[in-house]
Amino acid sequence: MSELPVGVERRDIGGETGLATQGPPAYGEPTDEEGWRRWNPRRSKLGAMLASGMDTGLAGGETVLYLGAAAGTTVSHVADFSGPTYAVEFAPRPVRDLLDVAEERDRLFPLLKDARNPETYAHVVEPVDAIVQDVATRGQAEVALANREFLRDDGRLLMAVKARSEDVTADPEAVFDDVVGTLSEGYEILERERLEPYHTDHLGVVARPR
Amino acid sequence: MTADAWFADLDPADPETAANRIREGSADSPADWSALAVETGFATDEDDYYDRLREATLEGGQAAVEEREGAVDQQLVHAVRAMDDCRRQANELAERVAEWGGSRFEEAGTGVEYARELSERNPETLGDRRAVSLARRVVALDEEADALGEFIEATTPEVAPNLAALAGPVLAARLLSLAGGLESLAKKPSGTVQVLGAEDALFAHLRGDAPSPKHGIIYTHDAVRGTRPEDRGSAARALAGKLAIAARIDHYSGDRRPELEAELDDRIATIQARADDAEADDDE
Repeated sequence: MSELPVGVERRDIGGETGLATQGPPAYGEPTDEEGWRRWNPRRSKLGAMLASGMDTGLAGGETVLYLGAAAGTTVSHVADFSGPTYAVEFAPRPVRDLLDVAEERDRLFPLLKDARNPETYAHVVEPVDAIVQDVATRGQAEVALANREFLRDDGRLLMAVKARSEDVTADPEAVFDDVVGTLSEGYEILERERLEPYHTDHLGVVARPR
Repeated sequence: MTADAWFADLDPADPETAANRIREGSADSPADWSALAVETGFATDEDDYYDRLREATLEGGQAAVEEREGAVDQQLVHAVRAMDDCRRQANELAERVAEWGGSRFEEAGTGVEYARELSERNPETLGDRRAVSLARRVVALDEEADALGEFIEATTPEVAPNLAALAGPVLAARLLSLAGGLESLAKKPSGTVQVLGAEDALFAHLRGDAPSPKHGIIYTHDAVRGTRPEDRGSAARALAGKLAIAARIDHYSGDRRPELEAELDDRIATIQARADDAEADDDE
């Protein structure tokens, strides 16, 4: 099993051992006295990738661009163990919650932007060490390719592919092959793994820019 | 390159413009903005830069959310969903009231109507008081749903005049709610508008288990319901086409086009005339 980034630990909280990060509580997750809060892999695809032992290449302290931040569940944990974290989300409703999460943190920058149009935030986001992508839209590989310009040469793309966003009727494995095929135009795929049992019909991908 | 930066020529003491730059600005490609900000003197060091960026993104995000969420079409979406929630909860609680009331009082009944009768009773015992109080909540919820309906009827014509005229205010608001807003409804093809609200049937069809649905929520429109079953597919297609056009006019231009209604009436009359023709054929 690969090593967890510094700032992410397996800890016993409320009688259950699992991933945790240290920071202000964000969404009613269990916490302990030292300020550690449970990172539930069932609620977070990146959490699932870490919990199932994928080698994310994260050491802790990276600059991160997070695409598809939603209400900030996962990104709150990412900001806990990373450096400056840019959180892009397109839907206004979840951004309301994301703003609350960002208020509590010093280096989490919320951006109400469409991840399909990187030029609308390229004037704010600097080159990063890692892109985390969890967008539920058709064309997930295209989003990753469009945002490749933000990734440093030695950076990592950590991506959760949702089969149902591409085609609800097709066989998930065929969708994954398709998405990974398109992704290979700009990335070298290092690892791919289904996120079951945490998330149905999702694929975790670790890649680096080529 | 620095000219593209969100902080280019920005007065560090002007948070409002900073927030606007975050929202409206753009650049062809990213750059090492924190280093550039220190170089150009916008920030004293990296930490200072990130503090400023934090303030600007929080401010900008807040303003952008308020603007997008405060849009009137989004208010309608909330209102129509709230109305349905109130109605559903009222009906569900009314069943409980009917069950309880039937065990305590002579007269029995069902539904919100019965709850209304009970709510006017003068409770004598502690148990009566609880049952009657529950009945009053049902009535209150039902009245809230009515009030929300009135709000929708008053507001929809302002937000989407053509759509409201063609579909009626409530159906128009439901379509907005299903699509997620006027803009996204305006961007949907008419075939999608036709089956909005019939997602279960649509996906069953796409899986290959069922025939394609003929209509979604637009089934409640008289043009569809008033047409005989054989021709409802045609009627739904014609209606959806006009609704899609109406939504686009409402979103992109906003002026009134009464001719849309005339065209729809005309088309529906032609489709419904098929039934008369078929009858005439049978008579021959």
